[in-house]
Amino acid sequence: MCPETSAEGTPQPPAREVMSTSDVARGLRRIAHEIVERNKGAQDVVLLGIPSRGVELAQRLAVLITEIEGASVPVGSLDVTMYRDDLRDRPMRAPQQTHFPPSGVDDRVVVLVDDVLYSGRTVRAALDALADYGRPRAVRLAVLVDRGHRELPIRADHVGKNLPTSQAERVTVRLTGHDDVDDSVTISGGDPR
Amino acid sequence: MSDLLITGASPLGGRATDLLVRDGVIAALGADAATDAPADVERLEADGLALLPGLVDLHTHLREPGREDAETVRTGSAAAAAGGFTAVLAMANTNPVTDTAESAERVLDLGVAAGHCDVQPIGSVTKGLEGAELAELGLMHRSRARVRVFSDDGRCVHDARVMRRALEYVRAFDGVISQHSQDPALAGPAACCHEGEVSGRLGLTGWPAVAESSIIARDAELALHTGSRVHVAHVSTAEGVEAVRWAKRRGARITAEVTPHHLVLTTDLLTGYDPVYKVNPPLRPAEDVEALRAALADGTIDAVATDHAPHARHDKEHAFPDAAFGMLGLETAFSVVHDVMVTSGRTDLVTLAERMSHAPARIAGLTDHGRAIEVGAPANLVLVDTSARVTVDPSASQSLSRNTPFAGHTLTGAVRTTILRGRVTATDGEVIN
Amino acid sequence: MNRHLLSIADLGDADLRAVLDTAAEMHDVQYREVKKLPTLRGRTIINLFFEDSTRTRSSFEIAGKWMSADTINITGKGSSTSKGESLRDTVRTIAAMGVDAIVMRHQASGAAHQVARWFDESGVRAGVINAGDGTHEHPTQALLDAYTLQRRLGTLEGKRIAIVGDVTHSRVFRSNVLSLPRLGAEVTVVAPPTLMPSGAARWAESDGFTLSNDLDEVIDSGVDALMMLRVQRERMAGGFFPTAREYTVGYGLTRDRLAALTAVNPEAVICHPGPMNRGLEIAADAADAAGSLVLDQVSAGVAVRMSVLYHLLASGLTDEGGAA
Repeated sequence: MCPETSAEGTPQPPAREVMSTSDVARGLRRIAHEIVERNKGAQDVVLLGIPSRGVELAQRLAVLITEIEGASVPVGSLDVTMYRDDLRDRPMRAPQQTHFPPSGVDDRVVVLVDDVLYSGRTVRAALDALADYGRPRAVRLAVLVDRGHRELPIRADHVGKNLPTSQAERVTVRLTGHDDVDDSVTISGGDPR
Repeated sequence: MSDLLITGASPLGGRATDLLVRDGVIAALGADAATDAPADVERLEADGLALLPGLVDLHTHLREPGREDAETVRTGSAAAAAGGFTAVLAMANTNPVTDTAESAERVLDLGVAAGHCDVQPIGSVTKGLEGAELAELGLMHRSRARVRVFSDDGRCVHDARVMRRALEYVRAFDGVISQHSQDPALAGPAACCHEGEVSGRLGLTGWPAVAESSIIARDAELALHTGSRVHVAHVSTAEGVEAVRWAKRRGARITAEVTPHHLVLTTDLLTGYDPVYKVNPPLRPAEDVEALRAALADGTIDAVATDHAPHARHDKEHAFPDAAFGMLGLETAFSVVHDVMVTSGRTDLVTLAERMSHAPARIAGLTDHGRAIEVGAPANLVLVDTSARVTVDPSASQSLSRNTPFAGHTLTGAVRTTILRGRVTATDGEVIN
Repeated sequence: MNRHLLSIADLGDADLRAVLDTAAEMHDVQYREVKKLPTLRGRTIINLFFEDSTRTRSSFEIAGKWMSADTINITGKGSSTSKGESLRDTVRTIAAMGVDAIVMRHQASGAAHQVARWFDESGVRAGVINAGDGTHEHPTQALLDAYTLQRRLGTLEGKRIAIVGDVTHSRVFRSNVLSLPRLGAEVTVVAPPTLMPSGAARWAESDGFTLSNDLDEVIDSGVDALMMLRVQRERMAGGFFPTAREYTVGYGLTRDRLAALTAVNPEAVICHPGPMNRGLEIAADAADAAGSLVLDQVSAGVAVRMSVLYHLLASGLTDEGGAA
């Protein structure tokens, strides 16, 4: 079983909220500002969300950047399923849509957007996938939560919240629009206390 | 040979009695048996067992000569003894074909040498089973083998002229033609199953039922025309049964046999394309199976015959249409027929004995077999346990082959001891030499 | 999902939709500059073809290669099978080399089923993909047909599809009739009585499709898609129909029928699994008509086979117990 799914019926300690709806909003707004600041504007920026929740986050960031800069930012999605190195150990998942804005990614500053940064393997797969589509000028990484425990030399450029966790714990991100509930980040599982 | 005293056996399932066998013949029955028995008599306690005349199989393929890797006369007749048979008829489609006096005598001699049961060769109707020229029918009959049953089994004598001449010719010595009733023109050479919804879904070429019934009807007309005897091998369809019934009503000298597997197994078993279920004639739908059971009970079908068809394992490991036809039958025949016909209440043990011993012996003209259990009759007998439950284990078979479709089936009715002319040939599936 | 793909029946409803959805994503790879995914790196796929088929074999080969699998082609003709080796020995020998999947085409119905059973019984972990078994099934063809039709028609829900021709000898029909109704299509099967499979009436009744011997009537009643099946001229020798001319007049998609088809429904489309007998079951005008999906089918073939390879091979099916 993959660590992000828990068996139904197993008694779990109650989930603990670590980011509220307003925390999520604040985190995203900060990331939007950082992206603009780092890039000195929104010029050439392409946001690529990694399905599934990364796409929702990328779209929200695009709206925020437009509010800040007054210019629209192209958004797309990059599915990495076919590039994963852990397919053999995980439940089969159907690949999701990869959709690039018409501008493409060549010579652009691509910001990969995901909800949780953990082992770094998803991002590794995303970098490989991206290389098959084109050659961006730079690739950056924005995540809502960094929970640590990296297995590859990868770090995020923009982080909504750094969240120390144990590997036994499970981090759940819920987003309005994707999950039909209010935005939240919760932690559950882990060592029985 | 010492005397044999069988105690407590129930002839045809009737009242228990004792029976004394001397010099291969039933010497005494009832109270006399024990009285007449010498002090050193060999005793066989048969309390609770039914005593039947030794079973007779009109239809086996013993594969020798030609495919001694699949079966020999020795191993095939051993399987027969284990299955309760005291006589089997060996089909002619060996390599070379049994189409001369010499080849028939050779099969006979192999059977005698093995000693497990009487092995009576069947001669081919046509030279090399080619369906064109008659084989030496008369010479085979005049030989030591005294061949009386002729068959091109595996193939149908489809040319009406050839069939007519064969029937006419064997009338001189009351021979019988056992026909594999299947018009080859009604299905291509690729036919490998029953033609119906299952074959349509599976994309397999099938034989329609009419390929069988039309040949039976034609042969019945020829039997009426020639006054000769025709025997329908392995009838498998309701239409075929109906044709036999019609022919008998008209007075044709016609008899018919059915295999144990056609009484039980249905065409939907082919869904997994397992060649163990590939047989010719093919397994049919449940409606046909029900018609066969009824016809066997009411006597339209005279006899059960196994069509025992051993095959080397690799000959069954081809793609379904390319795999060999046939199933083992000798060792499971009694249990299968008893289970489906007697345990189920469709008929009784007396009728079973008629269909598996008396009638086939009569059809084949085997005077030593299928006799009433009475003083003076040859002691060709079988003891069966009608309440025992047996589970078929292919690895325990006496046959060289393993292609039984009944592996793992649990059946009611078991063969305990087979006796050939006063000598025990098999006990509980083990052959006694 | 099942370890093998032998029949459309091996796919549950969710599997069927997942394979078609994934095919849509894979279809885009065809238009990329770098047509290579690392997904099946290190996997070995044998294309074992006992019967010639350039189209299907190359389609599977491209699909495997684009997913970085090692694909090797073995043709059964002239190999050990013609020397009398049993099929079981042939396939077990190949599997013993340590392959992950065998894509198999065989002239005998059921051959792939037998091979899968032999593998299962003897603990061989290779998966078996049926690339056409005799006149039984051709599941990836049905998947690509469904994919192509769905792409063009938007959905198959409520669409009227007629499958026309040598139905009894068609593995394309047998697979399609299992998938199309499940995707919501209303299927009518059209053939002369001699080319209807045995037991078709009962089969149609239990599986929910209809039968017809009259192509014109079916066209006039309005169809969304016509799936023309290939007719082999050798069938005439078997007495299935008198002459090619008579077949074309009765059951071919002629120029006149094409006009009738589009007159009733201008959006109607035409499929053919190929190779086509132009002038026999399909007129050149029909094969090249605007509504013809023949080349779309070929193009979809690679995407659908990539999807199938992904679903069968990418997860741990060849590993111990299939971790997923």
